[in-house]
Amino acid sequence: MTEALAQTCFVVLFFSFAVGAIGSLILRNNDRLADWWGNSFAILGSISGIIASISALAFGNTFSYTLPSSFSILSFSINFDYLAAFFSLVLSLISLFASIFALGYVKHFFGKYNIGSLGFFYNTFIAGVMLVFLSSNAIFFLIAWELMALTSYALVVYERHDEKNVKAGLLYFIMTHIGTAFIILLFLLLFKQVGSFDFAAIKAGLAGMSPALRTAVFIFALIGFGMKAGIIPLHIWLPSAHPAAPSHVSAILSGVMIKTGIYMLIRLFLDIMPGTSLWWGLAVLVIGSVSSLLGVLYALAEHDIKRLLAYHSIENIGIILLGLGSSLTFLALGFKSLAILGLTASLYHTLNHATFKALLFLGAGSVVSKTHTRNIEEYGGLIRFMPLTALFFLIGSMAISALPPFNGFFSEWMTFQSLFRGFQALNSMAQWIFVLAAGSLAFTGGLAAACFVKAFGATFLARPRSEEARHAHESEPSLLVGMGGLAILTLVFGFFAGPISSVLAKTAGSLGALKMAEAPMAASWNSVRFADGFASLSMPLVLGVLALSLAIVAFIVYLWAGGRKVRTCATWDCGTTLDSRMEITATGFSRSIVTIFNGILKSTKQQDIEYHDADMRYFSKENRFTLETRDIYKDYLYEPLHRSVLKISNFFKRVQTGNINVYILYIFLAIFILLIALV
Amino acid sequence: MTILIWIIQLLLVPALSPLFIGIIRKIKAKLQNRRGASICQPYRDLRKLFNKDEVISEDASWIFRFSPFIIFAITLVVGASIPLFTGLISNPLSDFLVIIYLLAFSTFFLALAGMDAGSAFGGFGSSREMTVAALTEGGLLFSLLTLAIAAKSMNLFSISQKIASLPSSSLFPVGLAFVGFLIAFLAEAGRFPFDNPATHLELTMIHEAMILEYSGKRLALIEWAAANKFLIFAGLAANLFFPWGLTGQVTLPHIALALLLFTGKILVLSLGVAILESSIAKFRFFRLPDLLFVSFILSVIAIGLII
Repeated sequence: MTEALAQTCFVVLFFSFAVGAIGSLILRNNDRLADWWGNSFAILGSISGIIASISALAFGNTFSYTLPSSFSILSFSINFDYLAAFFSLVLSLISLFASIFALGYVKHFFGKYNIGSLGFFYNTFIAGVMLVFLSSNAIFFLIAWELMALTSYALVVYERHDEKNVKAGLLYFIMTHIGTAFIILLFLLLFKQVGSFDFAAIKAGLAGMSPALRTAVFIFALIGFGMKAGIIPLHIWLPSAHPAAPSHVSAILSGVMIKTGIYMLIRLFLDIMPGTSLWWGLAVLVIGSVSSLLGVLYALAEHDIKRLLAYHSIENIGIILLGLGSSLTFLALGFKSLAILGLTASLYHTLNHATFKALLFLGAGSVVSKTHTRNIEEYGGLIRFMPLTALFFLIGSMAISALPPFNGFFSEWMTFQSLFRGFQALNSMAQWIFVLAAGSLAFTGGLAAACFVKAFGATFLARPRSEEARHAHESEPSLLVGMGGLAILTLVFGFFAGPISSVLAKTAGSLGALKMAEAPMAASWNSVRFADGFASLSMPLVLGVLALSLAIVAFIVYLWAGGRKVRTCATWDCGTTLDSRMEITATGFSRSIVTIFNGILKSTKQQDIEYHDADMRYFSKENRFTLETRDIYKDYLYEPLHRSVLKISNFFKRVQTGNINVYILYIFLAIFILLIALV
Repeated sequence: MTILIWIIQLLLVPALSPLFIGIIRKIKAKLQNRRGASICQPYRDLRKLFNKDEVISEDASWIFRFSPFIIFAITLVVGASIPLFTGLISNPLSDFLVIIYLLAFSTFFLALAGMDAGSAFGGFGSSREMTVAALTEGGLLFSLLTLAIAAKSMNLFSISQKIASLPSSSLFPVGLAFVGFLIAFLAEAGRFPFDNPATHLELTMIHEAMILEYSGKRLALIEWAAANKFLIFAGLAANLFFPWGLTGQVTLPHIALALLLFTGKILVLSLGVAILESSIAKFRFFRLPDLLFVSFILSVIAIGLII
């Protein structure tokens, strides 16, 4: 394969997205045709993206390209290096299966919403995310970033008849632009230092940057890109915006878009401006621990299936940050080869989270499109009506709970490895932060498994709890292909952990800060082994041994007891009539964990009873319980912030009298002061 | 001879696990001034269950039918991957994270199976099981991590070899980690003060609530898997924290001696568990997290002392 092929693929890619976007707008009056047109071209674009990225990662066909513009500070430069190729691969894989899924999924919007505009925004959104990964000029990057933000906003408010979605969109719009403000500040700081917006020029000219300025850049990046990544406490937009979008878009939002924040953190601190301080890495580790632990706890308290998944995205961003933070810390301490390990773990989890989270969102979409509700309490027993959706959702649940032999286990194993290495760090504060990070990862794993037992069990098992669930039926083939493809990928990425991690180690080693460093692990096709013998893991072996012993057990049991009769009978009902109100609900399932973590989750219980007879309060007519969990960051961070902004605004309102003479006085005073100050 | 060692390694856990369940029951009976059933009773129970017909709930799906097989298969795999009587086997699956997450896999399916039939008991059992399992994970992982860091290897066989020759200065952290592990062991194996293995209809049951709908061969598999899990954790406690007596030679007398020693160590542990269960009451459910956090904190202190 040659570079020409990779470049051709790129032309095809952007051409497809453009044609897909514009074509769907033109065909907007025909729902069926617009759906078909928009998604087919998205599929085509994704396939060429996959080919281009694989040819870069596997055969080294990287390239960069610059198209100058009429403005001197803006040039449309594209840098398709290993890191960009990896993230484009993640995007293309997810958008491929999401688009296949969308072919059928979009049908339930026919007649309700405009399919043409969905196709337009969907295609431009994917192209925008792709440009974010490719651009290597700050102004060009900001244009791409804004393209991504605006199109994703349009997709979040797509189902605009629901008031909640519009509100979620507004919150997203405001938060993402606060983040963008910090990103603009950051690039201006860098521009002031080197006099260029070009990433390559910034990289070359940063040598004499003062530590205070570096710290400012780091903090701005953490806020700006952290906002997009959804780190706690900047995440408040995420659990409301991601569920609001159509499910195939949620898959890309949660699977890929939030990773743009991670991508830029890696790009900035491991490639463009190496030379990190120790506390940066430690800060990222702490944020990662908090995000992962709180993310999973809030997910447990949630019973809207898509919000639950959105909270798990926060948890997984936390896990990705644990890898990244350990990488930054090792770099600051001078262990370059361990830094590669941390970054490899982080990149691997990025890939894995994208696959299983997209799978879970598509599964949730498949369920929502048949039951018309996102409330888990109204599901139940769907495994009988939607067996394949259930199977795929189960695979996604096992992968996200880090159960071997699925892919989530391997990247968590690797993250653990990089955290364990930190225990031997020389700095005692760093040591303790590593210990706490590993502890939070351990609890996160267990709580995530509990949360997905709840999500899967309450959705698919036992008896249906609503009329809609009772009449659900299996989704159509294109939805199943979309989910099935991703389900296979979770197994494939788990099985080929060796080769994939060596490609990722190569990607990590290609970055500016980590050049010339040797990865501490050796990977063959079937195993990953650390050079010092601390650990080794063979994922194919895990899968093989499990399958083999399962087969042997099943065979022996069949030989021994295969002839016994199996009777199907009602569940034991203690003598009453069992109905679906007696089985456990999602709220009931997680109630004990919520109670245990009450200090964080602040759950509240409110009971309203209405009696038949107000005087004789024995027989209640209606008994209503309201269980809620409060968000501490809203109570202690956003509410005070909101109040103080209002207070300050109120104070300044006094200046605004509404009298035009006073305003003219202000203008006069301003000119007077300026004249004195300037002359 | 290596083949013989492998065969013993593979079969030891499923072959001996019912015996120790019987022994614990016997000791408990003696402590309660009862005569108690024979220590072979669990074997007879298993045989009886395998020969019985089965009733499966009409609400249950394939998860319910499939779970007992995967749960039992996982205990077989894990049982073959931990040091029992010999340190000679090199098994790439013996990474302690793999072992912990494989056991989490079986818990995951057990909890799903509990919810599947749609009875109120099953659901609550699953909820409690996952709560306890999630909170146990920290202590379990960190107590084994203490050993891994002391031994500079995550492989359980290397750990058991190196712990034996550790300097006496690191005995204290290893001891702390042992207490942490013991708590996690009781939680994972569903013993007092976490769960009462002898109860069948008590509102606070955990394990028994989940498997209430099972009968026949599937019940046999689950009961057997639970016994295996007990022996696995007992084996880990015995061979990682007291790793003396693992045979390094492949002659018959050595193997026999090692097996005898292994049985002896597990007997001591079983005696401890039986005495504990006869002398304390089950804890209230919302007191359990305290105990589990104690396990985690002890292990963190142990790690702090060792790094």
